[in-house]
Amino acid sequence: MYKILRKELLAPNIYLMDVEAPRVARAAKPGQFIILRLDEKGERIPLTIADYDATEGSVTIVIQTIGYSTTKLCAMNPGEFLADFAGPLGRPSEFVNEDMATLRNKRILFVAGGVGTAPVYPQVKWLAEHGIKADVIIGAKNKDTFIYVEKMQQVAGHVYLATDDGSAGFHGLVTALISDLIDNQGKQYDEVIAIGPMIMMKFVTKTTKAYNLKTIVSLNSLMVDGTGMCGACRVSVGGKTRFTCVDGPEFDGHEVDFDEAMRRQGMYKTIESRKAKIEQERAEGHVCKVGLDR
Amino acid sequence: MANKIPRVPVREQDPKVRVTNFEEVCYGYDLQEAQLEASRCLGCKKPRCVEHCPVSLQIPQFIEQVSQGNFAEAARVIAQDSSLPSVCGRVCPQESQCEGSCILGIKGEPVSIGKLERFVGDWNIANGEHPVAQASAQAKRVAVVGSGPAGLACASDLAKMGYGVKIFEALHKAGGVLQYGIPEFRLPKEKVVAQEIQNVLNLGVEIETDVIVGRTITVDEMLDTEGYSAVFIGSGAGLPRFMGIPGENLNGVVSANEFLTRANLMRAYDAQYDTPIYVGQRVVVVGGGNVAMDAVRTAARLGAEAHIVYRRSEAELPARAEEVHHAKQEGISFKMLTNPTEVIGDEKGWVRGIRCIQMELGEPDASGRRSPIEIPGSEFEIECDVVIMALGTSPNPLIAATTHDLETTRRGCIVADEQQGQTSRKGIFAGGDAVTGAATVILAMGAGRKAAKAIDAYLKNE
Ligand SMILES: Cc1cc2nc3c(=O)[nH]c(=O)nc-3n(C[C@H](O)[C@H](O)[C@H](O)COP(=O)(O)OP(=O)(O)OC[C@H]3O[C@@H](n4cnc5c(N)ncnc54)[C@H](O)[C@@H]3O)c2cc1C
Ligand SMILES: Cc1cc2nc3c(=O)[nH]c(=O)nc-3n(C[C@H](O)[C@H](O)[C@H](O)COP(=O)(O)OP(=O)(O)OC[C@H]3O[C@@H](n4cnc5c(N)ncnc54)[C@H](O)[C@@H]3O)c2cc1C
Ligand code: SF4
Ligand code: SF4
Ligand code: FES
Repeated sequence: MYKILRKELLAPNIYLMDVEAPRVARAAKPGQFIILRLDEKGERIPLTIADYDATEGSVTIVIQTIGYSTTKLCAMNPGEFLADFAGPLGRPSEFVNEDMATLRNKRILFVAGGVGTAPVYPQVKWLAEHGIKADVIIGAKNKDTFIYVEKMQQVAGHVYLATDDGSAGFHGLVTALISDLIDNQGKQYDEVIAIGPMIMMKFVTKTTKAYNLKTIVSLNSLMVDGTGMCGACRVSVGGKTRFTCVDGPEFDGHEVDFDEAMRRQGMYKTIESRKAKIEQERAEGHVCKVGLDR
Repeated sequence: MANKIPRVPVREQDPKVRVTNFEEVCYGYDLQEAQLEASRCLGCKKPRCVEHCPVSLQIPQFIEQVSQGNFAEAARVIAQDSSLPSVCGRVCPQESQCEGSCILGIKGEPVSIGKLERFVGDWNIANGEHPVAQASAQAKRVAVVGSGPAGLACASDLAKMGYGVKIFEALHKAGGVLQYGIPEFRLPKEKVVAQEIQNVLNLGVEIETDVIVGRTITVDEMLDTEGYSAVFIGSGAGLPRFMGIPGENLNGVVSANEFLTRANLMRAYDAQYDTPIYVGQRVVVVGGGNVAMDAVRTAARLGAEAHIVYRRSEAELPARAEEVHHAKQEGISFKMLTNPTEVIGDEKGWVRGIRCIQMELGEPDASGRRSPIEIPGSEFEIECDVVIMALGTSPNPLIAATTHDLETTRRGCIVADEQQGQTSRKGIFAGGDAVTGAATVILAMGAGRKAAKAIDAYLKNE
């Protein structure tokens, strides 16, 4: 059993939780994820590691309530226990194992979208701890939906904000901001690391392709075990089938078949029985005891 | 003469009823039936059955005890060679092992060795004595990776020898394939698997779940910093194979491992549980082994019209004979000498059928089986909305990749000697599917026990 130590509402429908998991905290590296289960009947939910503290033995996760299980998770409170919390899973980010001298000379731009901002943080922080200041673009719908801005500012070189409605920072999509930085603001980058919704990552890779700019993306495919045993997480990268949970989750974005990845991600969203079940349980007051429903 | 008695039939759930539930198909023998069946055994001086049991179970001896009604003694005889009789009695391919060689089988029907073994195992779970033990604080400690039959058998033997043993398991539940792969209707989880695991726990063995060895901790850390004197690797062969044909990543194509894990480990068939499963209306399972049979019968139970597509003929089906027989009774259709060439999708990327080609059997290949050859121009389509690939599995490379100097074969199997389980690294032993590639429960269990002996010898000489 894994104790929830802290919980914080970061933005509408986005929660941060610190969970006691000493083994995971000790082994975690940027880029990796965990799989948790709420209780005996719960499904296995993959979530990226948003921070870790080996001394306290805690791991931070940031969750967006998008469906049944994430809503149920976000309704839990400090002092309560999760049945399972396994990890770290997946490969650490490529730069963790890169030659330090080469890495120091790299100008890296992170592009974070929505809840994907959380997993960008440990990466930027790791780089900062190794003397490298990376730039970060954070994209959000409007100024109220940003998360992690101040934390990011403490570890990044520059933090650039973009909103769809222009209520804060750059008015427009992150892709337009990338072009703006490079074309109009004289910025130069050797590598882009994009984490966010699949659709955002797809368009970021389209934008960076034009600049011939290496781009790493972090995929959130469907998963069951997360250890390479089921193949639910398979994606096409460079025409080859790869398992996101063991070969990824980070891949060369210019090689990823995003259309296939997005289609596969939706596979269980259309199961009527599941929807019916959620509706029924909602009606019975099973889920949203604390008014988390939008 | 004893063998004039016909083989005692075993009671089973009616096929029409059982395809609608997940309860066990076979009820097994009751006391009278078991004793009657046991009386058929001739007690051969040179028992052929024993020669063909991978762990040389003392078959005539235990059967003799059953016929006398000494079930506790029968359990004791079996325990000398097998620690999972309730499991192996249910899942061993008896027709090609013990029963396949029984002398009575030459002219009539062999003794029902598996069903008798199962009877004794189940009797022992319900009525037997279960040893309780606790290692002393000074005892040397051994780490076991994986809680499948290999790991469980190795751990319980080591605990009986007085070692402190901890099993590290990647998933949230112990049991390996017994838990996530083999369905409830063939191997009940509460009644059998959980009990066998409880017996291992009673011996003082600890099981820590949610530990992915190679990620959470490494084998080297276990030896260097976690205080273990030896490690046994029983991590199985869980990596699913795909065919590499077009359309394999369409929505609706899943590996048998995914389908079965959702159904068994995650209980997706029970509406009380949160994990979803996609079953569709018409399911095609590609393959002919136990895994294929389990997937197709699970799909049928979830309400789909279910078909097997297999590239060789019926005689070559590698599944246990009993499973094929049960599948047919349950209305599964078998399309033999058929091989998929492409999965076909609709405009939204969901499966709508599978294109296959007709095969014929040619010359025997390296495995001694006649190899299938395509018949040109014989392609045809089968309409379906789910395709389940059950093409075999291989060992997961994670442990080998994260353990220094641990030798593997080209197929990714850990190199370990057959008698001892000794790997290329001192103090590290391995056995079961991780070494042999996908094989059987009884072989994995046997390998775990042999390794326990070797680990004991190693630690005594250390
Ligand atoms: C490697 C990885 C890292 C992730 N990191 C985060 C994170 O840091 N924060 C966060 O909020 N979310 C993250 N996700 C997504 C998160 O796992 C899903 O939002 C969650 O599983 C949805 O469950 P649900 O029951 O609430 O949604 P529902 O819509 O009810 O889910 C229905 C089914 O679809 C699957 N599913 C739906 N959306 C996703 C998705 N995006 N990814 C994977 N499976 C999905 C679920 O397994 C579920 O069975 C990550 C996913 C992966 C694979
Ligand atoms: C669907 C199916 C049906 C089968 N039917 C039969 C049958 O009827 N008869 C028969 O004899 N055999 C059958 N088999 C084969 C049999 O189950 C296996 O040969 C046997 O279970 C192998 O045992 P094992 O202990 O070596 O590995 P497994 O049972 O595979 O157990 C390995 C365990 O190690 C864990 N693990 C893996 N990697 C790690 C890691 N890095 N860290 C921690 N833990 C890890 C896994 O999660 C798993 O729990 C079947 C197999 C399947 C899949
Ligand atoms: S262990 Fe398997 S092969 Fe050996 S006697 Fe029992 S059922 Fe037969
Ligand atoms: S071969 Fe058959 S009859 Fe002979 S001992 Fe074995 S089970 Fe009994
Ligand atoms: S999640 Fe099962 S193989 Fe990746």
